[in-house]
Amino acid sequence: MLEVSGITRVFGGVTALEDVSFTIRQGAITGVIGPNGAGKTTLFNIITGIYSRTSGRVLLEDRDITGLPPERLAHLGMVRTFQNIELFGTMSVLENVMVGLHTKSSSGLLACSLKMPWSIAEERCIRKTATKWLEFTGIGELAGDTAGNLSFGKGRLLEIARALAVEPRIILMDEPAAGLNSQETLGLAHLIGKIRQMGVTVVLVEHDMELVMDVCDRIVVLNLGKKLAEGTPREIQENREVIAAYLGDE
Amino acid sequence: MKRELLKFLLFAVLILVAPLAFKGGYLLNVLVFVGINTMLAVALNLLLGYAGQISLGHAGFFGIGAYLSGVLTATCGWNPWLAMPFAALAVGILAGLIGFPILKLKGHYLAMATLGLGIIIYIVFNETVDLTGGPSGLSGIPNFAVGSLVFDSDIKNYYLVWTFTLAVVLFSVNLAGSRVGRALRAVHDSEVAARVMGVNVRLLKVQVFALSAVICSLAGSLYAHTMTFISPVSFGFNFSVELLTMVVIGGLGSVYGSFLGAALLTLLPELLRGAQDYDIVIYGGLLMVMVMFVPGGLVRGIPDLFRRMARLREDAGNA
Repeated sequence: MLEVSGITRVFGGVTALEDVSFTIRQGAITGVIGPNGAGKTTLFNIITGIYSRTSGRVLLEDRDITGLPPERLAHLGMVRTFQNIELFGTMSVLENVMVGLHTKSSSGLLACSLKMPWSIAEERCIRKTATKWLEFTGIGELAGDTAGNLSFGKGRLLEIARALAVEPRIILMDEPAAGLNSQETLGLAHLIGKIRQMGVTVVLVEHDMELVMDVCDRIVVLNLGKKLAEGTPREIQENREVIAAYLGDE
Repeated sequence: MKRELLKFLLFAVLILVAPLAFKGGYLLNVLVFVGINTMLAVALNLLLGYAGQISLGHAGFFGIGAYLSGVLTATCGWNPWLAMPFAALAVGILAGLIGFPILKLKGHYLAMATLGLGIIIYIVFNETVDLTGGPSGLSGIPNFAVGSLVFDSDIKNYYLVWTFTLAVVLFSVNLAGSRVGRALRAVHDSEVAARVMGVNVRLLKVQVFALSAVICSLAGSLYAHTMTFISPVSFGFNFSVELLTMVVIGGLGSVYGSFLGAALLTLLPELLRGAQDYDIVIYGGLLMVMVMFVPGGLVRGIPDLFRRMARLREDAGNA
C-alpha cells in the first residue's frame, strides 16, 4: 500500500531522518512510535508532501509519490490530520467537512458565481455527504457551530470527519490522542476501528502507548532518526532495544 | 440560500428607489461614486476578506481599466461597450501573469509587492504623456450610449453604474456561499489544511486575484465613461489605501459590509465639507475609533450595538 524506502532528511547539519524504510499493508492500522525527537513528525511531513526529503522514495500503491504536494496526494487518496489540529476556525463545523469534499466536486469559479443548475445540485450533494460524515464521527449535532469554538476533543473529531470526506484510501494521523482525556481516547480508538472497517488504511504517530498497543496491527519504532524496530505490538513490547531507547540504557 | 436571495432583493430595491429621495441634486452624483466604490471594495474584499491576501495596488487595476477604456474610445474611436470588455480581459490576463509569481509571497511581502505594482502603474500613467496625457489627464472620453439614449446625466449614470454594481454584488454573494468561496475562506484560515483537502491553493489565489482585478477594471471603465475625464491622481497609492479602509471599516469577508464601507467613505468627505480643513482630522479619528472598537466592521458592529442597547433597556426595565 505505502512503501517508504531510504528516506533521509538533513536540516542544516542535523540529520533528522536517516535511511528509514518500511512498508504499510493495505487495510492495516500501523503505529509509528518513538521518543521525543525521533523524527516521527518529520517523517509524516515528508510522506504527506509538506516537507521535501533529502533522499529516498515514497510509493503509494506502486506509484512514486515522492515530493508530490499535498493537494495532489488528496486526489490520489492520501489525507492526514495534524497534531495541533488545523481547522478552518471561522467556518462552521459543517462547512469544514464540506471543504473536505473539494476533490469530490468540480464546479469552477464562474459556475459557482452564476449559480449554474449543476453547481446548485452539486452543492446540495456536498451538504448531504458532509452531514453524513459528521454523523459518522458522532458530532452531527454540532453542524452549525463555529469550528474555532469547539473543545479540543470535538475539534479532533471534526478534523477526522473532514479528512474522511476526502474518501481517502489511506489516512495518516499525527498524535490523534494528544490533548484528549481518557474517555475521549476510548472513543477515538473505537472510531479508528470503524475507519479500518471501511477498508481505509490507517497510520498513526502516537505517544499514548495504551492506544497504540490497543489498536495497532503493526508498529514501527523510530529512535534518533533511524528505524529501531518493526513488528506486532507484542514483539515491540518485548524488544530489548526499544525498551532501552524508552527507558535509557542501564 | 433563500435568505441570501431575499437580502439581495431588499438591497436592490433600496438602491433602485434611493434617487427618489434626492431628486437630482448634487448628492446623486456622489451616489454614482458610491456605486463604483462599492464594486471596487467588493472586488478587494474577495481577495482580502475571503482569501486573506492583501493588495495595496488595486487602484492600479482600476486605473488600467479606466485608461484603456479612455484611450481606446477617445483616441482610437472605439465604442465604449467594446472598450470595456476588452479592458477587462486585458487586465484579467495581466493580473493572472503578475499574480503567479507575487502570490507566492505572504503577509508583509505580498503587501510590499502589490504596493510596488500600484506605484509602477501610477508612474506609467504619468510618464506616457503621448498616450495618457500624463499628469494633466485625458479628456473627451465619450459617455456610454444605447441607440439614441446617451448616459450623460447623473440619474442615467446612477442606474447604469448600479446595474453593474448589483450584478457584481450578486455574483460575489453567490461565490462566497459556494464550493469555491469555502475554499477561499479555508485558505484564509489554514493554508496547509486547505492543501491537504485537495485545494490547489496557488491556482485559487491567482484566480481570485485575476477576478478581483477584472471587477476593478470594469469599475474603471464605468468611471471613465461617466466622468469623461480621468487623471492619474485618482489611481494612486492613496486610493489603494482608501479601498483597503472601505473593506476593513465595512467588514472583512462581507459583501454588504463593503457597500457600507464604500458608502461611508464616499459620503463622509461630502458631509464633512462644513468642517473645512478639519475634515481630515475627523476622518482619521473616526478610522482609529472604528479599528479599535469595532474591528469586525460596520456590518457586524451595528447589529452588535443594537443588541447591547436592547440589553441596557432590559436592565433598566428590571431595575
